[in-house]
Amino acid sequence: MSKLPLDKWVESIVDALETGLKPLFHVISVIIEGIVNGIANTFHWLPALVFIVLATALGYYLGKWKFAAFTAIGLLLIDNLGLWDHTVDTLALVLTSAILSIVIGVPLGIGSAQSDRVRGIVTPLLDFMQTMPAFVYLIPAVTFFGLGVVPGVIASVIFAVPPTIRLTNLGIRQVPEDLVEAAEAFGSTSRQKLFKLQIPLAMPSIMTGINQTIMLSLSMVVIASMIGAQGIGADVYGAVTQIKTGEGFEAGLAIVVLAIVLDRMTQHIVRKNRRGSNV
Amino acid sequence: MAIIEVNQVTKVFGTDPESILRLMDDGWNKEKIYRERKHTVGVNNVSFSVNEGEIFVIMGLSGSGKSTLVRMLNRLIEPTRGSIAIHGKDIVKMNKEGLIKVRQKQISMVFQKFALFPHRTVVENVEYGLEVQGVDKAVRRKKAIESLTLVGLGDWANSLPSQLSGGMQQRVGLARALANDPDILLMDEAFSALDPLIRKEMQDELLELQEKMKKTIIFITHDLDEALRIGDRILLMKDGGVVQVGTPEEVMTNPANEYVERFVEDVDLSKVLTASSVMRRPETIGLDRGPRVALQLMRESGISNLFVVDRGRRLIGVITAEDASVAVREGRTLEDIVIRDVAVVDKDKLLYQLFDICSTSKHPVAVVNSNNRLMGVIVRGAVLGALAGNPDQRTEQPAEVKPASTEGVSANV
Repeated sequence: MSKLPLDKWVESIVDALETGLKPLFHVISVIIEGIVNGIANTFHWLPALVFIVLATALGYYLGKWKFAAFTAIGLLLIDNLGLWDHTVDTLALVLTSAILSIVIGVPLGIGSAQSDRVRGIVTPLLDFMQTMPAFVYLIPAVTFFGLGVVPGVIASVIFAVPPTIRLTNLGIRQVPEDLVEAAEAFGSTSRQKLFKLQIPLAMPSIMTGINQTIMLSLSMVVIASMIGAQGIGADVYGAVTQIKTGEGFEAGLAIVVLAIVLDRMTQHIVRKNRRGSNV
Repeated sequence: MAIIEVNQVTKVFGTDPESILRLMDDGWNKEKIYRERKHTVGVNNVSFSVNEGEIFVIMGLSGSGKSTLVRMLNRLIEPTRGSIAIHGKDIVKMNKEGLIKVRQKQISMVFQKFALFPHRTVVENVEYGLEVQGVDKAVRRKKAIESLTLVGLGDWANSLPSQLSGGMQQRVGLARALANDPDILLMDEAFSALDPLIRKEMQDELLELQEKMKKTIIFITHDLDEALRIGDRILLMKDGGVVQVGTPEEVMTNPANEYVERFVEDVDLSKVLTASSVMRRPETIGLDRGPRVALQLMRESGISNLFVVDRGRRLIGVITAEDASVAVREGRTLEDIVIRDVAVVDKDKLLYQLFDICSTSKHPVAVVNSNNRLMGVIVRGAVLGALAGNPDQRTEQPAEVKPASTEGVSANV
């Protein structure tokens, strides 16, 4: 039996999409580039020390002095190693992916929570997105959006959005049935039920999803650098190709620091949400 | 008078309830439907009506369909068939907007596990119903505080529900339901999650509140004592159907079938029956009559004492045959011999509260209503007879005007 020409089919679909939807891809590209550059320029414009002070203050507000101290020391170390600018580029890429993931993921999660049919369509798609090796969808991303930061963001979003969708869906479905009944019994519309009850109660779960999304998009930065996304990932990639262990370690350490700071910040937001459960 | 009229309501759970309705019409029973079609008949052809201002208890064991039934009254569960009219309007046929209006303005609900919103403070919970109606913030806050004060939790407005005890949480649940000022209150096992002492306290409080507010309350419970304590009428359910509807006394003294009988056999009758259910029609005389007339009346009825009332049938006192014959000999009037110190009980007193008074009083105990009008008399034998569940020993309700039986009154000694 001859081989199924699955590769040919996919390629022809991608080709058709590329020619057919070129204007759309262009618009998406411009928007994403705008967001990334906006964030990156703002961060670059701030002197490193000011940025570090602000981040430390935020760390103190969300966590306690321990977390604030870690933030300060970690970021100062990055600055000292001369990796500040690249780290900021990476942060811009990660934040852009996170924002897009939230914008896409939360509504999809809400949709899957409210309709079993939507969930039936979304869940297998998510499984596919999460298990397909990330390198594979870099290829069409490059075809559609060219080299640079945009396909990196797209690939990050595809890779990182599933937890936000899944946990938003889960959080809303886990709102106790009797509370939903109570909201309905008092004459809430679906929208009121959603915004006054379900989303507030699902918030810890949604925030956990967003936390996971940020972590996953951070893990994509090295891969994204292979298609031309600037940032600390490019330093890691460069060190690997030139077998420079020391430089590779420094760049890797910067990613770890960034990851820990982002992770703790979002986790503390979750906890703050749980405690101050007032609307 | 009827504020809710439920007519032949059926609920079938499953993928194709319509087909099951046809099978039910062909005489399939619940078990057969479950066995062969995997559909559950939750509520089976139930009809009843609830009067304005009464506490209507729906009582049954778990799985009897009572919770499903109450949820159909505000369509949290859609009936498969039948009509439910509230103020004469069938809510089953209502569109979404109409239904939301009904839920906002006419029907509120109190839940078994309180169902307070954990992320909102107590007062924010209470004002929820007004909030979704779009009531102005200051107005709804004021109403919510009023409602909280009514249930005695005015000081807890800014606490979170988790900081309150179970009993307090359910008061918040009640306040939340009352804040909208609905006509109808659905209470789904509202006190079942509370421990017995608190539960009793809440029952008393509900009755007290009801005295002031005169809402129509549909109260679901699996606890017969609770049903008997607070219900004006009780609907007994079994396997999704109605077994009996009646006042607590009717259910107790005249169980519709063996099922109800088994249910009620352990109940302490003295805590259910009231003075008015065991009293007899009194023989009375006006104060302006002479002792001769009194003696004649007693002789005719074969009794040894008479209650003296004024023209409005308000109780003045009692005279005995002995005193009357002395008065006839000495030429005195009834005014001189009337004993004004008579044991009196309210007509709604429960039997167990009468034991003491009946055993110490020399004369039959007078039963009066709130205006001190004489409604009847109670003799010891009647109390015992009623407790023994002997219907022959019990007399008619005061509403059914019948001449007092001579035989009965002669026991008045």
